[in-house]
Amino acid sequence: MEDMKDMKDMVEEKEPSLEQEEYSLSDDRRVKVLSPGQLVAKRFFRNRLAVTGMVILLAMFIFSFVGGLLSPYGEDEKFYRTDIQAKDFAGILHNEEFRYTVADQDLFKSSVHAQALKAIIQKKDKFEYNGINYELEKLSDDAYVVLSGGKIIGFASKELVNSSTQDTLSFDFSLAALKAKIAGEKTFTADGKEFNIDEDGIITDGAGTEVAYVSQYIVRAVMSDIFFSRELKNQLIDAVEAGQDSFEYTDENGVTADYKLSYDAATKAWDVKQEIDTKVFDTYSAPSKAHWLGTDRNGMDMMTRLMYGGRISLIIGFIAVFIETIIGVILGGIAGYFGGWVDGLIMRIVDVFYCIPGMPFIIIVGAAMDAANTPSLTRIIYLMLILGVLGWAGVARLVRGQILSLREQEFMTATEACGIAPSRRIFRHLIPNVMPQLIVYMTMGLGSMIITEATLSFLGLGVRFPFASWGNIINDVNDTFVLTNYWFIWIPAGVLLLTTVLAFNIVGDGLRDAFDPKMKR
Amino acid sequence: MRKYIIKRLLQSVVILFFVAFIIYALMRCLPTSYVEAMARQKSMQPGSKSYEEWMEQLTVMYNMDGSIISGYFRWLGSMLRGDFGDSWKWTVPVLQKFNDTVWLSFVMGFISFFFEIIIAIPLGIIAATKQYSKTDYTISVVALAGISLPTFFFASLLKLLFSVKLGWFDLYGLVGRNYDQLSTFGQLLDKGNHLVMPIITLVVISMGGLMRYTRTNMLEVLNADYIRTARAKGLSERKVIYHHAFRNTLIPIVTIIGGTLPSLFSGALITETLFGIPGIGYASYHSMISGDIPFSMFFMVFTAILTLLGNLIADVLYAVVDPRVRRA
Repeated sequence: MEDMKDMKDMVEEKEPSLEQEEYSLSDDRRVKVLSPGQLVAKRFFRNRLAVTGMVILLAMFIFSFVGGLLSPYGEDEKFYRTDIQAKDFAGILHNEEFRYTVADQDLFKSSVHAQALKAIIQKKDKFEYNGINYELEKLSDDAYVVLSGGKIIGFASKELVNSSTQDTLSFDFSLAALKAKIAGEKTFTADGKEFNIDEDGIITDGAGTEVAYVSQYIVRAVMSDIFFSRELKNQLIDAVEAGQDSFEYTDENGVTADYKLSYDAATKAWDVKQEIDTKVFDTYSAPSKAHWLGTDRNGMDMMTRLMYGGRISLIIGFIAVFIETIIGVILGGIAGYFGGWVDGLIMRIVDVFYCIPGMPFIIIVGAAMDAANTPSLTRIIYLMLILGVLGWAGVARLVRGQILSLREQEFMTATEACGIAPSRRIFRHLIPNVMPQLIVYMTMGLGSMIITEATLSFLGLGVRFPFASWGNIINDVNDTFVLTNYWFIWIPAGVLLLTTVLAFNIVGDGLRDAFDPKMKR
Repeated sequence: MRKYIIKRLLQSVVILFFVAFIIYALMRCLPTSYVEAMARQKSMQPGSKSYEEWMEQLTVMYNMDGSIISGYFRWLGSMLRGDFGDSWKWTVPVLQKFNDTVWLSFVMGFISFFFEIIIAIPLGIIAATKQYSKTDYTISVVALAGISLPTFFFASLLKLLFSVKLGWFDLYGLVGRNYDQLSTFGQLLDKGNHLVMPIITLVVISMGGLMRYTRTNMLEVLNADYIRTARAKGLSERKVIYHHAFRNTLIPIVTIIGGTLPSLFSGALITETLFGIPGIGYASYHSMISGDIPFSMFFMVFTAILTLLGNLIADVLYAVVDPRVRRA
């Protein structure tokens, strides 16, 4: 070394004008010295495909782990939109038949109604039924008062007296109002009070408050809890008379709604539908500025779901692979190093685990967790554990195989001669030499682990709502309507899944080539 | 050789014993079992016994009383007599359901396996002979994409393209709506038509692995000394690759193909379920999610046997095909 330094100094002294690159032949700076790790990195980065895979993975990690923080929305934040919902509201009937207003329920039974109607049609002014005599007093063609023994028991009319308030009207009032309407009078007296009536049939009391109206239209509410204000009723009847099919009305609470009328010839009635703005989940909305990839079935932002879904898919993959590697390395290392009956025992266990059909096994566990209503978070933890435990056999075989050949090499004899403890020999000297194969195996394993998790979640047996995973996002495609109409629900998740797994495989492949010293490129 | 096979077979039996036990224990641990659901349903019927009474009766009926270990040995005993019991979900003997479904799965698996081989092997060889060319990169990426494709996503894409957009195939099922009106030949065509998409799915998903395997092995062979010798002799490149290299590449490929053969009987769990093809995968999926112990047990043990058989065939074939291994 000293010599070299001198020589270098000499060179520099002799030819100071020359560039630094010009060293003597024996100068070690002429040769760039690279550690094995650097060599691997160099070979890896020369592989353009592998670098692309690396960049994709990096992007995916940023998308999943940083994206969630940058997204303005939460993982399960629901969005709403106002939607016009048409609700059956009322029916309007233009009354073409006689209806009865009854003063005395006992005297004017419904069986008498029919007899009265018969008499009206036959233009008689009296009739007999069950031995009782009844008389008819004609007010107009469309209104008759029914008397029995000189006493008014009710009246039949096509025009009806309706209350404008929620109070019921007395019989005397109704009769007086009807009479006044038919006679075209402006005032009438009933129950000791004076009322005004205009030509539209609207009845007001002395203070000018509307109490009732006379009309041939019957407005019935579809739901018993709907009460029509007089104004709305007028609007409805006006609309019917004018032949309009819709109008807008703002009620006393300030709620504006559109009303749509349609005439049904069979029942001779108008159906009124109220169209009111209702707040609903913003489901399956198309991509927009607010939601770049639209919203899903629950009205959640798709882009945000994808970010959180990626996070869960990647975490599950990593932890499961981590578990299988730990178990596999320990058991494989022990089997390979000790050999003999330990090896035989461990390898038979490996055989057993190798033989367990993985997918059916996990499907059964998933179905069991369904039945037990396992909480979503616990499910994720179980899933990782099971995936990891089912996968260790492969790692153990790989590690054992490598160690079997490594332990015969000279450096292991050296460690033995140095008296290093077996555990240290395995984990400090043997395992690091298995690392290259292990890293490749893990990288590729990550890809298949993510696919397995996604498949399970797709089947509804893996990650569950409210957690997102790429698999359960695509799960919506089981609905043929979504498959056909909402590409933005399942294609992005599928593409993310495919690119991530592909990137893991490409990187794994690149690493394998890079670790292989025989690779000449 | 015979000694080796017998030893392996005996080992397999021991392995199977434990695998079956693990599966049986898993099935018994299901928190809400089929029996409970059944008892609940039965007790709902008018004038029926109470849930507890039904539960008691059904537990005995379905051999669910007693511990897991005694239950396992009872299952093992009847299995050895060839009695797998009746499927709870399908309400027929397990073996009958198996016989009804397995052949469809086998046909589907066999056809896709055939296509897989005739597509993957030539492409793998081309990729290896043109290592680091554009062709090689394309084929490698296609192969990796095949491995990376989630079955359900690819199946959904196929459905969107061929069923929804083009309307060539039905979304689900094995037979069309007017199947019963068709002639025998027409019925066959109808079934074939419904199998196109599942087979495409299976081929695309599985060919990547074989393609890469072929490429790796071909590369290894091409780097061998005897290939250099062949080139040095002045043989044409064609002859070198297809005569000398290809034959040697066949050794591991034949081995792996032989090892895959048994798994053709195990059906395609996911693909069959996605396309509603009533093969063994579909049947077992529905058995498993409804907690049908006899059929699920049978299916899983059957799959385990196929795996063991596959490994054994692969190992034996390796020795048969490659004389170097036999001598060692």
